[in-house]
Amino acid sequence: MSSIRQNPAGQPLPDFRNFGVMLRILLGVNLLALAGALVQSTGVVDSLQRYVAMAAWVQPLLLFNLTLLALLGTILPRLPSLVAQAVVVLLAAASSALLIDFWRFMAVDEGGWQRVLRAALLGGLAAWAMLFYFALRVRAFSPALAEARLQALTARIRPHFLFNTLNAVLSLIRSEPRRAETALEELADLFRALMRDHRDLLPLADEIALCRQYLNLEKLRLGERLNIEWEIADVPDDLTVPPLMLQPLLENAVYYGIEPSSEAGTVRIRFSRRGHELHIDLANPCFNSNKAQGGNRMAIANIRERLALYYDLEARLETKDVMLDGGLREYHVHIILPCRSTKP
Amino acid sequence: MTTLSVIIVDDEVPARTRLRDLLADVYAEVPNAVVAEAGNGLQAVDAIAAHAVDVVLVDIRMPQMDGIELARHLAQLEHPPAIIFVTAFDGYAVQAFELNAIDYLVKPVRAQRLAAALQKVKQSRPASPQVLAQLQQGARTHLSCHERGRLLLIPLPEILYLKADLKYVTARTASREYLLDESLTHLEEEFSERFIRLHRSALVAKEAIAGFEKSLDEDAETQWQALLRGIPEKLPVSRRQWPLVKSYAKQLSS
Repeated sequence: MSSIRQNPAGQPLPDFRNFGVMLRILLGVNLLALAGALVQSTGVVDSLQRYVAMAAWVQPLLLFNLTLLALLGTILPRLPSLVAQAVVVLLAAASSALLIDFWRFMAVDEGGWQRVLRAALLGGLAAWAMLFYFALRVRAFSPALAEARLQALTARIRPHFLFNTLNAVLSLIRSEPRRAETALEELADLFRALMRDHRDLLPLADEIALCRQYLNLEKLRLGERLNIEWEIADVPDDLTVPPLMLQPLLENAVYYGIEPSSEAGTVRIRFSRRGHELHIDLANPCFNSNKAQGGNRMAIANIRERLALYYDLEARLETKDVMLDGGLREYHVHIILPCRSTKP
Repeated sequence: MTTLSVIIVDDEVPARTRLRDLLADVYAEVPNAVVAEAGNGLQAVDAIAAHAVDVVLVDIRMPQMDGIELARHLAQLEHPPAIIFVTAFDGYAVQAFELNAIDYLVKPVRAQRLAAALQKVKQSRPASPQVLAQLQQGARTHLSCHERGRLLLIPLPEILYLKADLKYVTARTASREYLLDESLTHLEEEFSERFIRLHRSALVAKEAIAGFEKSLDEDAETQWQALLRGIPEKLPVSRRQWPLVKSYAKQLSS
């Protein structure tokens, strides 16, 4: 199964179609240029002037290479990683050489094979330095990925939920054995999903099914108090999302939005697609003051971190408290994901 | 052995069903009868007023009034029923129960454990109010007062002011006064978000302040008084507290 993670294992090339990656390359190469200018110069003002002069070289090359790499984004990951790396370095070197030839043609530069070679070497080195940086970044994040996974695992299902659900199932065994059976099967499915390897993106439909099972179990013990409204419109079938992205949010919605009240409350979940973005909206009633929501903040931070690991800057998660008419408050979570098909 | 009358307090219906089943299971060992069920602390107080109750099986996490607060109110009764806490998972509370030898059961409850807890009930001493106060997370939702053998609950939002007179503290609502067996200092600490101190012996609900007016006291010195919503009474503000109260009032009007 393919994934759109930016740092898949054994494939150290970054995903050049990701805005975060592009931004990092732009900033990184410009920093290199600035450092180069500083080394050559005699003073700070001089170094800035040199940097500006150098920009005429650096920026066109950068934009050209970024566009080319983004276009090659679907092909590169399929090559063996060493070959792909070589392609990137050679592209940068060749485009630098071409540019100096173009400037010679425009009579801005005197040309000569020495200067062409120097440009090619500089371009290639800059590309190699950026690749090296991305490889380092992958390494720096992989323990974080494992840790985030562990953290997520422990934070995800509250023991409170497990024991209360078991208690509810026990109460059903004598009166409604069939419902008890279904509930135990659902609990088993839920824990199977929780204990799976959590690194690959999963179809959105699977995550929704998991959430429904979870909510069925909660409904078992909360009964009429828990209402759920789903609204799923125009969501592509093959869309993938990070595993267990929604379930912890729903668990919080029930824990902080439904359980503290003896009145019935509604949890609303809405999916919609706007252009190349998938928007997910969750809403639940809100009672506690903010300080009582420590557990909720932890889960939100956790999911935000995982979104950043999967999508860099392209995914967002926002939360807000909304005052409704009649003094009621609602808590909203809004998630925006890039809607990229998994098939290259 | 006499039959124990039991009340089950839990917000989840299946949890109550489960306890009822188990109580029936242990009947041979410990004769018992479930006299009422309640979905939260408030309903439980009503149920306990209506029935003679020996044992209350109470969940900790419940809406409106949680189990710990219920226990604190019940402790004021002349003959409080024995309380056995039932909790799904609450590491902090369970630790405190162990430390203070308070009876508790963990969900899912086992029949033997339930029987053992019921058998112990007769000899066990009720948990002290101080311990329960420590266990409570956050402020109470009600204050309670014991009046002619009945437990009266006063919802906090209805309280306009709290005043200390000699031995007692009085809570004033729009309709009447209640005598409380608590200290003003403790109340001030617990409900610091809701009340503000006007002088040595009075706390007023911030929401109940309608305004302030100046008057002259016996020594012809200016004295500020707080006007209250809903009742004609005025509460004097001490000279010491005035700067604090004034800054709060300014904060409100801005």
